Amino acid sequence: MFDVAIIGAGVSGAAIARRLSSYRLSVALLERCADVSFGVSKANSGIIHAGFHHAPTSLKARLEIAGNRAFDVLQAELGFPFRRAGIIVAAFSWEEMKVVDHLYTQGVENGAPGLEVVGRDRILALEPTLSEDVVGGLFAPSGGIVEPYRFVIALVESAVANGVQLRLLWEAAAARWDGQAWTVRSASGDSVEARWVVNAAGLRADTVSSLFGAESFTIVARKGEEFILDRGARGLPSHVIFPVPTRNSKGVLVIPTVEGTVMLGPTAEEDPDKDDTSTTPENLDRVFQLATRMVPRISKRDIITAFAGLRPTLPGDDFFIRLSACAPHFVQVAGIQSPGLTASPAIAEYVKDLLKGAGLTLTEKTDWNPRISPREHTRDHAPWELDRLVEKDPAFAHMVCRCETVSEAEVVEAIRKGHTTLDGIKYYTRAGMGRCQGGFCTYRVMQLVARETGMPLERITKHGPGSEIVKGRLGSGT
Amino acid sequence: MIQRSVDALVIGGGSAGLAAALRLRETGASVAIVERDPYLGGILLQCIHSGFGLHEFGEDLTGPEYAERFIGPVRTAGIEVYLDATVMSIGANGGGHTVTALSRAQGVIQFTARAVVLAMGCRERNRGNIAIAGTRPAGVFTAGLAQRLVNIEGCIPGREVVIIGSGDIGLIMARRLTLVGCSVRAVVEIQPYPSGSARNIAQCVSDYSIPLYLGHVVSRIDGRDRVEAVDVAPLVEGHPDHARSFRIPCDTVLLSVGLIPENELSRAAGVVLNEGTAGPLVDGNFMTGVKGMFACGNVLHVHDLVDFVTEESRRCAERVAAYLSGAPDGTMVRLSPGSNVRYVVPSACDVDRANVFFLRPLVVKNDALLEVRVNGEVVKSKRLAHVQPSEMIRLPLDAGVIPASLPASATRVVEVALV
Repeated sequence: MFDVAIIGAGVSGAAIARRLSSYRLSVALLERCADVSFGVSKANSGIIHAGFHHAPTSLKARLEIAGNRAFDVLQAELGFPFRRAGIIVAAFSWEEMKVVDHLYTQGVENGAPGLEVVGRDRILALEPTLSEDVVGGLFAPSGGIVEPYRFVIALVESAVANGVQLRLLWEAAAARWDGQAWTVRSASGDSVEARWVVNAAGLRADTVSSLFGAESFTIVARKGEEFILDRGARGLPSHVIFPVPTRNSKGVLVIPTVEGTVMLGPTAEEDPDKDDTSTTPENLDRVFQLATRMVPRISKRDIITAFAGLRPTLPGDDFFIRLSACAPHFVQVAGIQSPGLTASPAIAEYVKDLLKGAGLTLTEKTDWNPRISPREHTRDHAPWELDRLVEKDPAFAHMVCRCETVSEAEVVEAIRKGHTTLDGIKYYTRAGMGRCQGGFCTYRVMQLVARETGMPLERITKHGPGSEIVKGRLGSGT
Repeated sequence: MIQRSVDALVIGGGSAGLAAALRLRETGASVAIVERDPYLGGILLQCIHSGFGLHEFGEDLTGPEYAERFIGPVRTAGIEVYLDATVMSIGANGGGHTVTALSRAQGVIQFTARAVVLAMGCRERNRGNIAIAGTRPAGVFTAGLAQRLVNIEGCIPGREVVIIGSGDIGLIMARRLTLVGCSVRAVVEIQPYPSGSARNIAQCVSDYSIPLYLGHVVSRIDGRDRVEAVDVAPLVEGHPDHARSFRIPCDTVLLSVGLIPENELSRAAGVVLNEGTAGPLVDGNFMTGVKGMFACGNVLHVHDLVDFVTEESRRCAERVAAYLSGAPDGTMVRLSPGSNVRYVVPSACDVDRANVFFLRPLVVKNDALLEVRVNGEVVKSKRLAHVQPSEMIRLPLDAGVIPASLPASATRVVEVALV
């Protein structure tokens, strides 16, 4: 019997699990996919928003500001890649400058620190890669960039180190309340009992809500296509560049990622299919047109990959976080789209308070460890300074992924921590994320998975069952 | 940290590095090869088909056999070989270079070398480079990765295969996968002509009745966990005609859409690249813009035949040896690609020596005339029965063909053109 079962190991579920892991509670984190962060969170743009996009009356605005503030401490504890690069909203007309003024006022009211409305000279001095056509804009120094999957992975690692039980490939299929606790059954026939359930199921929060007889709502997937440019690409900006937002979307951005590539996007289109992460040639052209209007020197020639993510949206577009009014001991954490990643630490705090208010006893652990062991990366050191690392483990001197400079030691660490799919290893280490997109390292990583787990090559998958990389072996007759 | 000092350090132990290192050693230089794989031979080792060595040895060899002709001699020539060692950086050091490599067995290795030979080869272009829309399931491979999985790891990548692009590796893999029992459903090429050699079209595609769609594109890849199908559309005036699009069910997609010289290290070392080749800009001595740094093989420009890589690398090694012995650079005259020519390598000619150039045509043409012009005046011409972009042209030029004294003001004085 668990005190709390959290459904969904995306950024919300992971942050809640880690927050609850600091109390004397037994917590289960249930994830439908083969690894954490494999749903909505994996395709996040990785921006830590500054808090000027949303109206002060919204839950979003409140949690965004509080969440943003939490990142320095979280980074110190969990060591994920994060940098306060600063956000610039670039205006290209005096009409757009009026919207900038509104964003400034809204941001100040929300409590966003350090906001500045800037004129043409100042904005070009801040960000020389901007188009000469820029009129002015907004500068938000507290905005930042983060590797979203690394953030989720670190949160889960910390939660698990503090006693949370993680179950992967565990899809909630049925639920029953017996007056004391929920019995949740998985699609594969397993079951988990818990006194409280938190619905952090992302795109499937509506399905999960109905399984528990809770509120009826519909999550609509709003697709966002993104394009990645190679590190060292032409015209790389140093700030996150936003256009002036429209009613429906924050627009297509130019994002210098925390690991040195550039991301362009996302688009925003509602999609009836919650699994449709396909990209289209039309959007490639559109994104480039919008992005080059702001930052003219970026080039299609530097594209290394494209992908699409799905935002789980609700009508009204605010977060839906509350104790269920229909189902007992059930907490809704739904509609967590942008700025969900930024808000996640505050969402966790908010959910913790909801549970406490509803009667869950929270006693702080005396031995809670907020830190996870720091990770070492060959790429963080100049090669001639690597002796110390290599002495510790010679596998730091064996390159597996040449584009992103990932060593065998780092890949083996990922595998030993349970990330055994190629995508899981990629999110953990960046192996396969660079310019050759796995052309070089795929079989090297497969060999390491086989060596470390004893799994035959034909059982190694890209992202879980059904996505096996190879179909058989020569001479096996299969 | 291990420290080593040599006359010449060769980066890469594939066909280019092997030939260059051997020739350099024969001239008496002390030579080391740094190779990131645990063996010498590079990509040749996964090319188990034949067709190698016709020019070089007058024999029809497999890739591993061809490599072995060099690996054996390298092993006995007194060349230091560092395997499983990845070069991380190249820096200047007085008149020479400092090269830092990492290896599991030896840790950090720092080389000091008077000359560096870049022989890192090339990598395959991938899906992102050609922006194929659709989903991102398992089952999408570059052709070379699939070749590695089949020929070295003994894996069958899939059952029903569509090959995008008709580069030579893709064509070779069409045959190879057919022979291991896969069904190759189509080879789809965006150009109106194949990008691989005529020989491979005949022997790998036509002979196995594999449909070849020229002037077509794969406009979409579908499948959630594993590839399920691709959409193929004919190109009309450069755009896919979706009205005539058709779907091919398959579980595997191979990409054979070109190779890119692997120059991340060179670029970081300050080497200027040639837009036409994506390889370093080199003079008639194969020397890059960085003094004492040379380049040969596929890192310089992508070759069709390994025999030509060997020949070029050997010639490069001779220039490196001359450099090491303190010989003067010679009188360099810039060579430019003229009409219908994508590039000429090297980009300069030492007018006092006999030189050999490789050029890549931009067009398919029968009965073409290759001309070398100095200030518009033809100084050498050669009739060619057939030219096409997938077949490199070899152009030897004797000493003295290009006059040593040229007006310094002219910018494109010497050009090579196809008419």
